[in-house]
Amino acid sequence: MTPAAGDFACALPSPPGQGDAADTNPYQDTDAIRRILHTARTIAIVGLSPNELRASNFVGFYLQRHGYHVVPVNPREKVILGQKSYPSLADVPGPIDVVDVFRAPDAVPAIAREAIAAGAKALWLQYNVISPEGARIATEAGLDVVMDRCMKVEHARHLGRMHWLGFNTGRVTSRRETTI
Amino acid sequence: MGEARKEPGRAAAARQAGFETRAIHAGQRPDPYTGARAVPIFQTTSYVFEDTATAAAYFNLQEYGNTYSRIMNPTVAVFEERVASLEGGAGAVAFASGLAAQSAALFTILQPGDHVVSSSALYGGTVTQLNHLSRKLSFELTFIDPDDLDAWRGAVRKNTKVFFAETIGNPGGNVLDIEAVAKIAHEHELPLMIDSTFATPYLCRPIEWGADIVTHSATKFIGGHGTSIGGVAVEAGTFNWSNGRFPVVADPSPAYHGLAFHETFGVYGYLMKLRAESLRDLGGALSPFNAFLFLQGLETLPLRMRRHVENALAIARYLETRPEVTGVRHPGLPTSRYRPLVEKYLPLGAGSIFAFDLAGGRDAGVRFIEALSLWSHLANVGDAKSLVIHPASTTHRQLGEEALAAAGIGPGTIRLSVGLETVDDLIADLEAGLCAAGAAA
Repeated sequence: MTPAAGDFACALPSPPGQGDAADTNPYQDTDAIRRILHTARTIAIVGLSPNELRASNFVGFYLQRHGYHVVPVNPREKVILGQKSYPSLADVPGPIDVVDVFRAPDAVPAIAREAIAAGAKALWLQYNVISPEGARIATEAGLDVVMDRCMKVEHARHLGRMHWLGFNTGRVTSRRETTI
Repeated sequence: MGEARKEPGRAAAARQAGFETRAIHAGQRPDPYTGARAVPIFQTTSYVFEDTATAAAYFNLQEYGNTYSRIMNPTVAVFEERVASLEGGAGAVAFASGLAAQSAALFTILQPGDHVVSSSALYGGTVTQLNHLSRKLSFELTFIDPDDLDAWRGAVRKNTKVFFAETIGNPGGNVLDIEAVAKIAHEHELPLMIDSTFATPYLCRPIEWGADIVTHSATKFIGGHGTSIGGVAVEAGTFNWSNGRFPVVADPSPAYHGLAFHETFGVYGYLMKLRAESLRDLGGALSPFNAFLFLQGLETLPLRMRRHVENALAIARYLETRPEVTGVRHPGLPTSRYRPLVEKYLPLGAGSIFAFDLAGGRDAGVRFIEALSLWSHLANVGDAKSLVIHPASTTHRQLGEEALAAAGIGPGTIRLSVGLETVDDLIADLEAGLCAAGAAA
């Protein structure tokens, strides 16, 4: 197995609307992000939309394509992206590795507690889903937490093809990679 | 498909790569098939799809993939990411020329009836471009003195969509107070777009001072060899295009089944639109071979810019001592009114393109040019070779004295682009020109 590159990180821009939050956000650790992307199998997406034009649908579609088992959590839908949708995390049968959240920040603390109860190993909060309290609850229970980052973008940055479209992946490496 | 479960090896080092490292490495991973260390030239128009579902995902923008080299190309992408990294942006889109980059970056923002506020101290080709585009695309245009902050503020209208300026203006050597102008733009919820060709990301990174879009003519210092025409637009990724002022960026796109680019792609919304709509439709794609040549240039950008700056300052100081010269417009000279702005925005140097004025008018200018043998008489800048032009007898030949003055050009104005030759040789050649210019003065 080729060792993963010891990448040098470059400065990454912050998403709009969060001001200086990125500078003080401890939940964007590159090691944690890579660990989650490499080890996760089942990703429960809370707030996954059936609308193909919504960001959550783009993310779910992409993660499915890249081999993850995506479990929709949306009480208003029966099936999304070909998968049965569950009303809440508590209803999901089987193990969950990552809980990926597309919900308003005030819903996050409760979702964090549900994620802990479901035995999730990581809580991932998408762009602008900023909840220091939710992040703290999950961290104290031993979960990896990523906040204010997009799981699709981070996958594409570290494992995928984001560099094919001229985006700044922030990666510098001279390692020959076995996957493209 | 198994990639998602591959175990990580050594933990990634949380280290910030320096400018020189990124100038050489950013954007490239060694080719996974061959291990080629140099960036391969993917001289291909199109790409075979894995299967129909994947092809659909590419065309729906649901997956990062190559479809057609008018829109994306792996060699061009290395160049794009490298420039984005050096400028500190979210990404970049390359174009067939600097002017193609500018027009596409504006095309993405504007629609008929909109208004643009622009510095008047611009490259002449840009002035012409803005004037023509405003008439052809029916937007309004106000040129203002970029040094006057109140003029920026006062020019804003309800339909204003963007501020435009250059880091270092031409031919007056105006240095833009980027932070102050960006602040005014943002107070009005407008983006600031800057052509930073003369500065290069080595000397100034406008995004660090609040600019939102940065364009370059890569033809100049980025390439540095004068072999290739190309351009690039970088976006910071931090501007809120969904603030209500930019329906052309934020509203659902009919070309993509109602996709709202900024809402769906967030940080990358403008860049996706710039590529998937503006580059697709205007068609000014950069050739992979030119991108390859620009990448060779970028590897040595820091070294070259240091020498450019050093040679230019030595020549500016020399010219100040000559009786045939009535003024030297190099912003890095202690006598320049832009000196405080140079110290703030261009601490490593104010570039190597500047103008000076000869006593004796047009005739002296012509005699000066004709006496040179090392400097190349041509209409370009930012080459390893030193370049010179006398606007009154060439690019601005049709203009009378009054129109010349309005463009900041005197009859005896000479513009230099100082190259990388031995500085004493450059000065000796200039001396021959000055003697000829002064002979009949």
